[in-house]
Amino acid sequence: MRVMGLTSEQEAARSAFREFVEREIVEQADVFDREEKMPVALIRKLANEGYLGAMLSKAWGGGGMDIVTYGLLNEEIGRGCSSVRSLITVHNMVCQVISRWGTSRQQEHWLPGLACGQKIAAFGLSEPNVGSDARQVETLATLAGDSYVLNGEKKWITFGEVANLFLIFARSADGPCAFLVTRETPGLSTKLMTGLLGVRASMLAEVHLDECRISKENLIGGVGFGSSHVAAAALNHGRYSVAWGCVGIARACLEACLRYTSERKQFGSLLKDHQLIRRMISNMVTNLKAARLLCLEAGYLMDAKDPGAVAETFIAKYFASGAAAGTARDAVQIHGANGCSSDYRVGRYFRDAKIMEIIEGSDEIQQLTIAEHAYCGF
Amino acid sequence: MIFEGWDIRMLNSNQARIKEFLSRHFRFGEIREDDDIFALGFVNSLMAMQLVMFVEQEFQISIVSEDLDFENFKTINAIVRLIDRKRTLPATA
Repeated sequence: MRVMGLTSEQEAARSAFREFVEREIVEQADVFDREEKMPVALIRKLANEGYLGAMLSKAWGGGGMDIVTYGLLNEEIGRGCSSVRSLITVHNMVCQVISRWGTSRQQEHWLPGLACGQKIAAFGLSEPNVGSDARQVETLATLAGDSYVLNGEKKWITFGEVANLFLIFARSADGPCAFLVTRETPGLSTKLMTGLLGVRASMLAEVHLDECRISKENLIGGVGFGSSHVAAAALNHGRYSVAWGCVGIARACLEACLRYTSERKQFGSLLKDHQLIRRMISNMVTNLKAARLLCLEAGYLMDAKDPGAVAETFIAKYFASGAAAGTARDAVQIHGANGCSSDYRVGRYFRDAKIMEIIEGSDEIQQLTIAEHAYCGF
Repeated sequence: MIFEGWDIRMLNSNQARIKEFLSRHFRFGEIREDDDIFALGFVNSLMAMQLVMFVEQEFQISIVSEDLDFENFKTINAIVRLIDRKRTLPATA
């Protein structure tokens, strides 16, 4: 399926991403899902391809990828496996935060290792009692001389089980703060979470912080700016990545349905010749293309550093996650009983797509934000 | 877009450009140059990000970690002072 407006470099990158996904991910994704585990070997391959430090400057050893190409990467990886795409998402979120709001010293210390994938980063915002209302984090940061002492619990931390570096959000006496915290920090422990509905190979973890003493030098973005600037910048980037990942899920569903309906017969004719099947296929194609165009618009605005990019990314994520969920629902419907079986991939797409309507801002948060934007003269 | 209470002579000033941007998001009257925009209660995280991007794009400066101080963004005049200060620094600052 052709994408309008891409440069020849972006088209070439897209082909390379697709080849990688076909070679390394597509056939294995159901195994990752079943075993709820991402093989270290695959993480190394992602690192070797430069996908983990995709958008970081080449000066740090990153890929220097433009934002639209990064979107295409997320679509292709998302088409293969949403758990793998989740790793790309969270790792790049932390990379972008350090690149955007880190001090020179923090950038020099962390970015080379993150760019080559020697270090894996995780985003530590959600807590047992805190989801959408991120400003109310209960993890406390108490100033003690030249250090902060962190106490609290993080939950649903994507790749928290394997990450070497955590971007932890906490509440200090002077407002929300963000800290770079290493796995080796005394008092930090993780507990793997299993049995989730979707993106089951994302190795989610609880992160426990018990009297973790963190140097003031690991504070990122300044006291009081942890929520409004650090978390918001990271989530904006994550939202963009997830939106494109949703385009990938929708495409995987469509491709699966085009194959299935061209092979299976009912009532003496192929499924593709039944009009109600065609209605679902036409909705899939239309929603997929619309979602991708919204993602592209957000990308072009981000590239232009247009303030409107923030709201457009909300819109893209809102629409794309709905499109992925709707497309996956129809894909299971088309596959009938087979769609409910682990012999077919559409069941995994369906479970993964539901998660997309919750992460990086639930549908309801997106709706409130988009409406607020509309009243500000969008 | 011109809002009630504006002085047409201000349209080209930095103050006016910032005021126009903020006024799009504040619907409860005029924002004065020394009003604390955080105290007015309309700066959520979306708005905060947009404000940084607006200042960077509109005035061709880079906001870095060291600039993240509420005093720099508290009022229209504070933002103007930040812009003036950044413009007098070398390009890499």
